[in-house]
Amino acid sequence: MGGRTDLTRRAFLRHTLLAGTVLAGFPTLALAREYRGGHQWPWESGRADVPHYGLETDTFLTIGERQFVDAATARLIPSDDDGPGAREADVVTFIDRQLAGFYGRGQRWYMKGPFPEDVLDTQGYQSEYPPADLYRVSIAAIDEWCAQNRDGRSFADLEEAEQDEILTMIEEEELTVTGVPLATFFSLLHDNAIEGFFADPIYGGNRDMVGWAYVGFPGARYDYRDYIAHNGQAIVMPPVSLMGRPGWTAER
Amino acid sequence: MDRPDLAPNTRETRVEKLPSVDVVIIGFGWTGSIMAQQMLEAGLNVVAIERGGWRDTPTDFAPTMAPDELRYYWRHEMFQETARETLTFRNNISQTALPMRKWGSFLPGSGVGGAGVHWNGQTFRFLPSDFVAKTHNEERYGPLPTGMTVQDYGVTYDELEPHFDTFEKLCGISGKAGNINGEIVEGGNPFEGWRSSEYPNPPMEMTFTQHRFEEAARGMGLNPFPGPSANMSRAYTNQHGISLAPCTYCGFCEKFGCGNYSKASPQTTIIPVVMRNPNFTLRTNSEVLHINKHPDGTRATGVTYIDADGRTFEQPAEIVIVAAYQLQSTRLMLLSGIGQPYDPRSGEGVVGKNYTYQVMSSINVFYDEEYTNNFVGAGALGMIVDDYNGDNFDHSGLGFIGGAYIGAWTTNARPIESHPVPEGVPEWGSEWKRSVRQNFLKTASISVHGASMAYRQNYLDLDPTYTDHWGRPLMRMTYDFTVNDRRLTNHITPIAEEIARGMGGREVKVNSREGAYDSVPYQTTHNTGGTIMGQNPSESVVNRYLQSWDCHNVFVMGAGAFPQNAGYNPTDTVAALAYFSADAIRNQYLQNPGPMVQA
Repeated sequence: MGGRTDLTRRAFLRHTLLAGTVLAGFPTLALAREYRGGHQWPWESGRADVPHYGLETDTFLTIGERQFVDAATARLIPSDDDGPGAREADVVTFIDRQLAGFYGRGQRWYMKGPFPEDVLDTQGYQSEYPPADLYRVSIAAIDEWCAQNRDGRSFADLEEAEQDEILTMIEEEELTVTGVPLATFFSLLHDNAIEGFFADPIYGGNRDMVGWAYVGFPGARYDYRDYIAHNGQAIVMPPVSLMGRPGWTAER
Repeated sequence: MDRPDLAPNTRETRVEKLPSVDVVIIGFGWTGSIMAQQMLEAGLNVVAIERGGWRDTPTDFAPTMAPDELRYYWRHEMFQETARETLTFRNNISQTALPMRKWGSFLPGSGVGGAGVHWNGQTFRFLPSDFVAKTHNEERYGPLPTGMTVQDYGVTYDELEPHFDTFEKLCGISGKAGNINGEIVEGGNPFEGWRSSEYPNPPMEMTFTQHRFEEAARGMGLNPFPGPSANMSRAYTNQHGISLAPCTYCGFCEKFGCGNYSKASPQTTIIPVVMRNPNFTLRTNSEVLHINKHPDGTRATGVTYIDADGRTFEQPAEIVIVAAYQLQSTRLMLLSGIGQPYDPRSGEGVVGKNYTYQVMSSINVFYDEEYTNNFVGAGALGMIVDDYNGDNFDHSGLGFIGGAYIGAWTTNARPIESHPVPEGVPEWGSEWKRSVRQNFLKTASISVHGASMAYRQNYLDLDPTYTDHWGRPLMRMTYDFTVNDRRLTNHITPIAEEIARGMGGREVKVNSREGAYDSVPYQTTHNTGGTIMGQNPSESVVNRYLQSWDCHNVFVMGAGAFPQNAGYNPTDTVAALAYFSADAIRNQYLQNPGPMVQA
């Protein structure tokens, strides 16, 4: 069973996307410097290279797109009897914030054309859309397919079993839409969901370190010398984020 | 006063000529900083030009910021930005190469310290037979097969030994010698080439996975030994008086800078001594566009570079040292027109020839009761078996040459990257999630680090279509695994599996290397060849001293010099070749500038 829709509005969509996206500018800017030998070590006070973790106000997704990402990532990493999933980790906020920043714009990726149709599996990401735009066109295409083939409902309104079925069809390239690389989108969504479940909470996902606590990863600690000789025994310690945490000592 | 006839964009093409220097170095990573120190010690004045920015421990990878998996690995903050420059890739010459839009299979570095900032620190010497791979294998097994373009290095292990020793002492490598001046030493690698002395530091403290691996390997009659590590097993001060701190086993080495001064990198071992020297100048965020040739074609006159503000400079120099990453060094030689580009159809030409890689496979061991606790890890914390590397075993009738080390490294439990699940588990959904939880702290990983032999069809050249952000052609890589690679990995991976099955787990999963080379999943940043060294100009770019056959004052460092890749991590051999080259420049070239080997 498969579906195929011609997305004839592709050129129009691309036009509007450009208008709605912050200019995909030059890669990370940096100034040329000259350091003369024989002087002080060129360390500068207060110039620590801090992460760009995004702000709560950094959003890209529309309400409808948020519902799609929330529903789809909740199928990839479900909340169930075994423990928290994408929803508890707030993966959708992580993804939204990433798409609103340099990552969504593909700012650090090589995005020059041409973009040929024939691509080998071994050649990786070859979409002309940077991540944020790929989300936008793909979600539109999937919701349109759902509307046509699932009684006018959007993906987020479907039953979980139906959602699983559609995600599987996209992953296995049984559901394709001309001009929209849905399998590439699935792969990106899958990667981003795992990132949002396991990245440091400073980026908006892995909320309260639920992803780390679930698997037993202690997080951003930096000294395990006391535990090298664990000899196959469990080491139980609560996770620590780059933001820290209230309890820093191991429960042993 | 501006000339009125200049078009508005000519600011970019106006070239400011700088005062001449003795030595200009392109790239300031491991080989750039080693060569800077060596040339400064010889009394020369040196300018290094680095396309990335300044980086140091407290500013750029402090312990409070370094363990950030998303930022450094998945958002590539340690690496060259593909937006500025990437390469195109195809598996064979009949296909159209397309750009690697984001990194996958390998992760070229950028910035001060280069990839030496984000390496794991697994620091092996190549075997003596690896340097004479053609001669050795032909003597023992007969002529090489058609299409295999394996060559000798033109330098021997014995000649490099003092330079390996220098680099290992610079880094404070933690390990156990297996052969000191020809005497086999218990506990080390009995197959290794002779060492003039023991490692400067004792081995890392091993953990559960290594103990199980060692026991299983010994049970099979193999010879396990501690992996040589650039992570410090104790506090250490090197020959330049620079101190490193004991490793804390934090599990953030490869793809990360070390916040704790515990991993040898250019920053923690040699850059401080270079920066103290008044005869040294470093220019950052400045990218060399090409090496300038003298009209007579026998030497270079310096380099032309562009800085981040778009200003272009000519830096004249008596000696040009190319010390970029292997891919960029090959590209610079092609862009500069130094050496004849390689043509795979005719087999003629040399620049871009013999691109090789590494053939990696792995085995996971899943435990029920025991915890492997991989977050207690370090980049080079491992036990190794070398019985199936190089020509340490008889290849008669096997149909391949070369080998692999089999290693049980415990490098990390960074969860975005490392969440292995057993065979048959789906890739998402509740069953996947539960399996990730069940196995996250209970999985050991055994890796098979295979050699890569050169073949005629695997090479590098300039892409006809895609350009970098300055509008220059990208490098094009044409590469696929070869029959030698497949036989090698098919022979050695099952041996690793047998060790893995002896480690007392519930089940194992074999991650074989099959199908075409895929540029997407990370394998290793061990790209080699393209500016290969050798015994004559018809089959190599540089001579045994890494000196260009064409321009005698151009020296090309790095793994580009390897005529083919051995079954080890390359850094120790890259550094030893740099010290060997520096020694030749200081003791021969400066007295009598000209070709040090007559063609």
